[in-house]
Amino acid sequence: MAVTVIFLGPLRDLAESESIEVAGPLNWEGLLAAVGPEVSDQLQQERVNVACAGEVLSDKTALNAEDGDEVALLPPVSGG
Amino acid sequence: MRDVRLLTEAFDPSALVGAFTTANPGLGGVCTFVGEVRSDTDVEALELSHYAPLTLPSMGELADNAFARFDLMGLLMIHRVGQMHPGDPIVCVSAAARHRRAAIDAVDFCMDHLKAAAWFWKREKRDGEWNWIEPRSDDYADLARWA
Repeated sequence: MAVTVIFLGPLRDLAESESIEVAGPLNWEGLLAAVGPEVSDQLQQERVNVACAGEVLSDKTALNAEDGDEVALLPPVSGG
Repeated sequence: MRDVRLLTEAFDPSALVGAFTTANPGLGGVCTFVGEVRSDTDVEALELSHYAPLTLPSMGELADNAFARFDLMGLLMIHRVGQMHPGDPIVCVSAAARHRRAAIDAVDFCMDHLKAAAWFWKREKRDGEWNWIEPRSDDYADLARWA
């Protein structure tokens, strides 16, 4: 078991991957270190959200993912 | 009557709106918006991606908010994901109400939120190259009208 980190939208291109597996537990510093410099730069911008286990975090820096959790990196949306 | 769906295949908005209208007997008005892939540009294809744990649940919350805010009898909210081509429907929102203002405003409200605050990511293909579409400042300004 591990934490699965999912890259959505344009972050998928930056990460050159749809997802990665990271050993849990995973906090904000661990996430920044695991995703590579380009995605890490994006993640630190206010407009990028983070969800853990299906819930969007109100404070992404408080991330505390356990083994088996899915962490989704959510760049600005554009629907319709 | 409430019908909120995420579709992976092409759909016929008029068939869905016809069934929706029939399912709301006694309505005073129905307002429908259908968004399609524009065909007057050099866009070859459009792709919408989503995140399953969030996207459909957030559309459900949006429908809840529309029912709470407007005096509605029914709401239909359909959004495509996957690859589409010029002329294909992307989104269809239809609202039924006793009075027109509620129906018109509910559709406007839902569309502004689907454009700029629902969990979708859009990219388009021109000259064989895919490019991600960033939300426009107008989209955020439209959304802010409802705050």
